[in-house]
Amino acid sequence: MGAREVLRRTPLALTVFAIAIGLIYILFVTKALPNTGAGGYWRTTNFGSAVSDPTDFLYTVLDSVTFAGLLFIVASGFTLIFGLMRTVNMAHGSFFLIGGYIAYDVQQSMTTSSGFGLTSAQVGWWQWIVPAIVACAAVAVIGLAMQQAFLRWNQGQEIRQALITIAVSLILADQMIAHWGGLEKNIAFPNDVGTGTAFIKLGGLSYGWSRMFILLVAIGIGVGLWLWLHKTRIGMVIRAGVDDRHMVSALGVNVQLVFALSFLVGSALAGFGGVMGGSFAGLAPEVDGQWLLNALVVVIIGGMGSLGGAAVGALLFAFVSNFSGLYLPTTSNQCCTQYSVIFTFALLAFVLALRPLGLFGRPA
Amino acid sequence: MTSAAQLQTRAERIVGIVVLLLLVLGPIGNTVFGSFWVNGILTQSLWLGIAAMSLIFLSAYGGMVSLCQVSLYGISALVLANVVTSGQTKGLHLGWSPWVGVVLAITITTVIGVAFGALASRSFGIYFLMLTLTLAVLTNYFFGQVTLLSGFGGVGGIQSHTPSLIGNPNLEPDRLYYVSLVVGIVVYLAIRYLVRTPFGVTLQGVRDDPVRMASLGYNVSLHRMVAFGFAAFVASLAGILFGWWNDTINPGTVNLSSVIALLVIAVIGSLFRLEGAWVGAFAYVYINNEVENHNWTVPWLGGTFNTMIGVIFLAIVCLSPGGLLGIWGSCFEWLSRRFPTSSPRLATAAAGTTESAPPSVEGTDR
Repeated sequence: MGAREVLRRTPLALTVFAIAIGLIYILFVTKALPNTGAGGYWRTTNFGSAVSDPTDFLYTVLDSVTFAGLLFIVASGFTLIFGLMRTVNMAHGSFFLIGGYIAYDVQQSMTTSSGFGLTSAQVGWWQWIVPAIVACAAVAVIGLAMQQAFLRWNQGQEIRQALITIAVSLILADQMIAHWGGLEKNIAFPNDVGTGTAFIKLGGLSYGWSRMFILLVAIGIGVGLWLWLHKTRIGMVIRAGVDDRHMVSALGVNVQLVFALSFLVGSALAGFGGVMGGSFAGLAPEVDGQWLLNALVVVIIGGMGSLGGAAVGALLFAFVSNFSGLYLPTTSNQCCTQYSVIFTFALLAFVLALRPLGLFGRPA
Repeated sequence: MTSAAQLQTRAERIVGIVVLLLLVLGPIGNTVFGSFWVNGILTQSLWLGIAAMSLIFLSAYGGMVSLCQVSLYGISALVLANVVTSGQTKGLHLGWSPWVGVVLAITITTVIGVAFGALASRSFGIYFLMLTLTLAVLTNYFFGQVTLLSGFGGVGGIQSHTPSLIGNPNLEPDRLYYVSLVVGIVVYLAIRYLVRTPFGVTLQGVRDDPVRMASLGYNVSLHRMVAFGFAAFVASLAGILFGWWNDTINPGTVNLSSVIALLVIAVIGSLFRLEGAWVGAFAYVYINNEVENHNWTVPWLGGTFNTMIGVIFLAIVCLSPGGLLGIWGSCFEWLSRRFPTSSPRLATAAAGTTESAPPSVEGTDR
């Protein structure tokens, strides 16, 4: 084995090694923080190892999986648009936030709210579903308008399109501050799956329905998108368009119509993600940037334009960020969970070193 | 016998000399425009211009539109702040000599820049843009989370630990202004020189056709990585000036809106010409200042500066991808078409050879 061969295999070996170390550390090595709370040493963590504290370990796993569900909803819209049109929609985060705000306004007007935040106890199913539908429709229209007005005529100029969507996101962000202010707004989940009101029994664990609901909806959306792309005629055209746009249009398919449709669906997914995110965590300025980043990390890891890649990327990102946030040593106030963001860097670096186009990415 | 290109070059020389003279006399502007002129407008435009120049260098000569130049100048300022400050401030507050801080800031930023470049240099076009954006936002989180180095409130008090050459920029803004001016001009000349060296020419070859350059035996990734490292070096200079100018460095300095602000500056000026950095920075800072001074809001839409600059940005990207300097160049083309002085064929031939012809960023997308 030559030196070049060794060099080529180094990233993979390092990755396997890092994963193994991490698993062993989390499963067996760590110890719980002493009750005195006076710091600890290199292997003290919040919960201790998975073997000694399986409950908190399982909660962390569940939290990761359900967070991945939300990530998938947002990233799938992003990757759908990119896969077909090679358009990177930098306004995706803004669409997320504006969808949430619209749903918030509609929900406030549908309930007898006195202007304060609603709790789930005041909200029934329809008072959540109708705002969600209105928000999706509104964001889909905004996305379609943006595509038709600014992106349609420069199809193929990817950087220019990205700059245009950045400009749109800049304007939208300022407009949202002007109309909804800087305070955090919360949408309420319906009572049956409300945050802190409804719990589901999973074995011995009692888990919040709201997170389970997000996961179930995400699975539903994933299955729906897969069926749409793989079992319908229009989905077939979209997949063909991903492979060879020019050939599809030469065969007499109205590609512009297909583009418009996928932009419509992609934007609606961003808006729906905003409804979910707003019910789950709240809406505020700068949330748009966070979710643009989340979508970007997921699709860069998973591979741009791949639905399966978005699912895998969402899971990896959610697991790494959750576990590094909770299972790094807490030897003092200074160390080490504050460094959890480095693990997201590392995940990105490892994936790109192994596969520059992401795990499931294919060259254009 | 004046073609459009010759006319433009001549006009630019005159404009350049006039602007330089005005800049040297900058502090006089304080009496005309108000006391904020040098410190609030000119110095800020100068260091933002240097930061924008690192972005424009990568985009014009390397075909890479990078969104993490803001993070790099932020890292530089963070290193400076941690090294030089002492006493009550947050961070490491090592309290070392200011010049040690400068050297460390430049070194560490350049090393991190090379590492970022190693990560990003295999991506092209839109992938590169997204990857650098991701690095930028992660850097922002790093600033916010790592309380050992920065934390949410950031590190302050840099201005009391500047070299004696600078003094306290709050009390004597003119000194920092002239230092920024000199650094800006030196960086500009250095880049102009660099792009004429074999390395610079190869880099432009890589920009235009990476596959062909690779098949000719050039190491494409290495060239892009080194270019990225050099841009990080330029950004680190901007970061040091920023640290002295702003006194504090906090996560807000490197957040997404700052990232987009620098991109807006570069695009408004020109993504394809170095001079655009200053044009864009001055336009951005001046408009921002005017809007804030007069509390202007956008009629019947609401929103303030960001809506306005967003609309300007959108208009520039849609109408003139070459930015304001692109419009300036088109004026001369129009003039030469309107008043053909020599044979038209000669004029267009000369126009074709001018270096201001925007190279296509899209050429590297694949």
